[in-house]
Amino acid sequence: MDYVPASDNDIKEMLHAVGAEKFEDLIKSIPNDVRAGAIALDTGMSEFDASCVIGKLAALNSSLDNYLSFLGAGAYDHFIPAIVPALASRAEFATAYTPYQPEASQGTLQAVFEYQSMICELTGLDAANASLYDGGSSCAEAAIMAVCANSGRKELLVAQSLHPYYKKIIQVYLKYSGVEIKTVPADNGIIDPHKLEKYVSDNTAGLIVQSPNFFGCIEDMESLAAKIHLRGGLMVMVCNPVSLGILESPGTLGADIAVGEGQPLGVDLCYGGPYFGFIACKERLMRKLPGRIVGMTTDKNNKRCFVLTLQAREQHIRREKATSNICTNQALMALRGSIYLCWAGKEGFYELAKQNALKAHYAAELACSVKGVTLAFNHPFFNEFCLKIEADITAEQIIEKLLPEKVFPGISVKTIDENLPDYLLVAVTEKRTATEIQNWVHALDKAINRK
Amino acid sequence: MEEKLIIEKSRSGRKSYSLPAWEAKTKIEDCIPSKYLRKRRANLPEVAQIDITRHFTRLSHKNFSVDTNFYPLGSCTMKYNPKFNEQVASMPEFAHLHPLQPDYSVQGTLKLMYNLEKALSQICGMDAFTLHPSAGAHGELTGMLIIKAYHEKNNQAGQRTQVIVPDSSHGTNPASANIAGFEVITVPSDEKGMVDLNKLKESLSDKTAALMLTNPNTLGVFEVNVKEIARMTHSAGALLYYDGANLNPLLGLSRPGDMGFDVVHVNLHKTFSTPHGGGGPGSGPVGVKKRLIPFLPVPRILEKNGRFSLDANYPDSIGKITAFYGNTGVILRAYAYILINGIDGLTRSGNTSILNSNYIMAKLKNHYHIPYSGSVMHEFVISLKEEAEKYGVRAIDVAKWLIDNGIHPPTIYFPLIVAEALMIEPTETESKETLDEFIDLMIKIKQLMEKDPELFHHLPQKTDISRPNEVLAARNPVLNWNKR
Repeated sequence: MDYVPASDNDIKEMLHAVGAEKFEDLIKSIPNDVRAGAIALDTGMSEFDASCVIGKLAALNSSLDNYLSFLGAGAYDHFIPAIVPALASRAEFATAYTPYQPEASQGTLQAVFEYQSMICELTGLDAANASLYDGGSSCAEAAIMAVCANSGRKELLVAQSLHPYYKKIIQVYLKYSGVEIKTVPADNGIIDPHKLEKYVSDNTAGLIVQSPNFFGCIEDMESLAAKIHLRGGLMVMVCNPVSLGILESPGTLGADIAVGEGQPLGVDLCYGGPYFGFIACKERLMRKLPGRIVGMTTDKNNKRCFVLTLQAREQHIRREKATSNICTNQALMALRGSIYLCWAGKEGFYELAKQNALKAHYAAELACSVKGVTLAFNHPFFNEFCLKIEADITAEQIIEKLLPEKVFPGISVKTIDENLPDYLLVAVTEKRTATEIQNWVHALDKAINRK
Repeated sequence: MEEKLIIEKSRSGRKSYSLPAWEAKTKIEDCIPSKYLRKRRANLPEVAQIDITRHFTRLSHKNFSVDTNFYPLGSCTMKYNPKFNEQVASMPEFAHLHPLQPDYSVQGTLKLMYNLEKALSQICGMDAFTLHPSAGAHGELTGMLIIKAYHEKNNQAGQRTQVIVPDSSHGTNPASANIAGFEVITVPSDEKGMVDLNKLKESLSDKTAALMLTNPNTLGVFEVNVKEIARMTHSAGALLYYDGANLNPLLGLSRPGDMGFDVVHVNLHKTFSTPHGGGGPGSGPVGVKKRLIPFLPVPRILEKNGRFSLDANYPDSIGKITAFYGNTGVILRAYAYILINGIDGLTRSGNTSILNSNYIMAKLKNHYHIPYSGSVMHEFVISLKEEAEKYGVRAIDVAKWLIDNGIHPPTIYFPLIVAEALMIEPTETESKETLDEFIDLMIKIKQLMEKDPELFHHLPQKTDISRPNEVLAARNPVLNWNKR
């Protein structure tokens, strides 16, 4: 079936109005040698038949509803209150597009303005955009932004403790920019500010550090920012938005730009997307932000209203001179983030972050009671940490061994980046109960210590 | 009616949240040293659930959308977004999957993605697809990086530094080529709105890496010389890139692969009916011909004996462009759409998009100047240059009048090569009555311009706000509520 309302009679009348006898007359300019032959695609079906086909595919998946999950590494299993999908799925939001016409889009525009405001509140920075694709591409956009803001400088420092996937995306985006990307080692789980000096020069555009980092460790951001600023470079901080409920804000720590993955804020895991990337910066960098930005203004009757603004930065105006090519973003996902943050509120967001941290610390302590299991690093962490397994089994084998038990015990760091040590990366959100954490520890013990 | 900002409704101590019970055995300061803890809480609104619900429901009422209004926004393909798509994407078996779950546990999603790659390859006449790019511009960047990698492999990257784009192209084309490290060369269109072959010939050289083309182009015109363009491009040693923003009319009718394109991107949020979300998310899968397969981003989906897995072991790949595998939720919706339509439904959709656009054009051509009206496909462009000069009524004024009459305006001031442009794309999912209503309004507005041009400077009148001061917004940017 299709979704075309035109009846045979409509088509006849319309063709007549156009002055055509048959549809072919409308397309006669398309040469025969570019006409499609037979296309190997099935014919359509009813909605019921389609739902059966898709139901069978769905049945081949095992969702987190049936597994005990401690998976993280950039995507987190947080609770999503009913109010988030109920409001964000309203068709007036979902089936609109970029708010080019402010009088017909005040809903989207005000919602984006509020989203930007809440991202500024979380990050302690002055300006945010309407969203980017995801955490990874946000890092790349921030990297380009740092280079543009510090034009002439041809080096970018990236912490080894940054998510390996994010680092790869930065490398792909900047491959032809003429900027050299150097890795600052994180030998002991974090970057040592004292060793940073060796890497910073007057040619350094910026430093990109994630905190809590890929291993879950909280970096000494304040010292790092001070060192990079001393040489005129920009500090880019990659952060987990939920951690900002209790951890010091990037702005206060000295970051010039903050970016991150917005998925933890009320967005379904959905096998990797759609999520949203957030980006915020200090006021002086505002005109270097990529993508759509909404500003508050007044209309001709002096009424408060909202518009897309600072558009002179963007690709539809500047074309090849634009510093970012982004057009379509992830607005509907950012709207989910906004609704989620309103639901949590000032107190709830703090309590949520606190509960994540407390549960993760409980889990970490309990896990260390298992023979052969220790914390890989001795640094403070938020809701994610690395376990070192001193036994004759790899993290990947533990994961495989626990599949029949319906436990996803964590992520093998080595499968994310083969150059990293063989640790089990564990994330604990507010959804995990004490009993579940205990069950996970038993499962780990079984996998590691029982032959 | 003005809707207050949600922060203006905030009252200390009011709350919406609830959290699972947890017997705290430790204090947060015992877990994380206090020097890392926030001194001042993030100032999020303190509101009740009823406040949040009313706020966002009222905001939603301030939007025009496909579900509420005719939305002929050119180059954006604002077709109906089937409800079935939404149902599929929200199924917990799909929505509650972590991207790093073992392949074993996500066979259904991997199979669906694999099937979609195959279906898109068929629809576009390409040999392989990646679903990773998150939007059209992301697809363009991916395509440009693939082209760069291809020339690098052939030791020609140092020499092939230029990408050619027509002057009618989307702004993302030159912007994407620039990020991939290319110099952008613009070629003018001819009097029919097509690529000027002589000018193209002058621009092509052994420095050319690729030509980026939209077909039908942004004037809605089918590039009838596309085969010749492909021949010229290829004989110069360059590759041909297809911007799929306007693929919709060609469904089942003509395939970019058969036209000679080497790399294509498609917009699942345009051609394949996924909702535009007030600006996103979209999805911009990229298809390539065989010789470019090694350069596709990783990981790729492999099939072996009916089992599916992710494989990142492709040494010539451009690498990773997204943290995981793209906008899976959008991919699910597009798959549902293709499944239901089948090749017959897709073909009827494409054909009808051409008929609907030609119908409106035929009815308006005696009233407005349509500078490029030959071989028009799914959209066409009106120029209001004459009206602007004669009556002082500009494209933006017409847009505001349409808003007062319940229609989302067409794309205005694009493409850049048409003065006072109004780019109209009705799509196939609008009925004849809706098109007739639009036509009548467009004819009426012409009469109004002649009678009362002054009226247009006071529009719109029926909306909550009218003519925001955009100059003020840019001069004194207020980008968050603390600056208000």
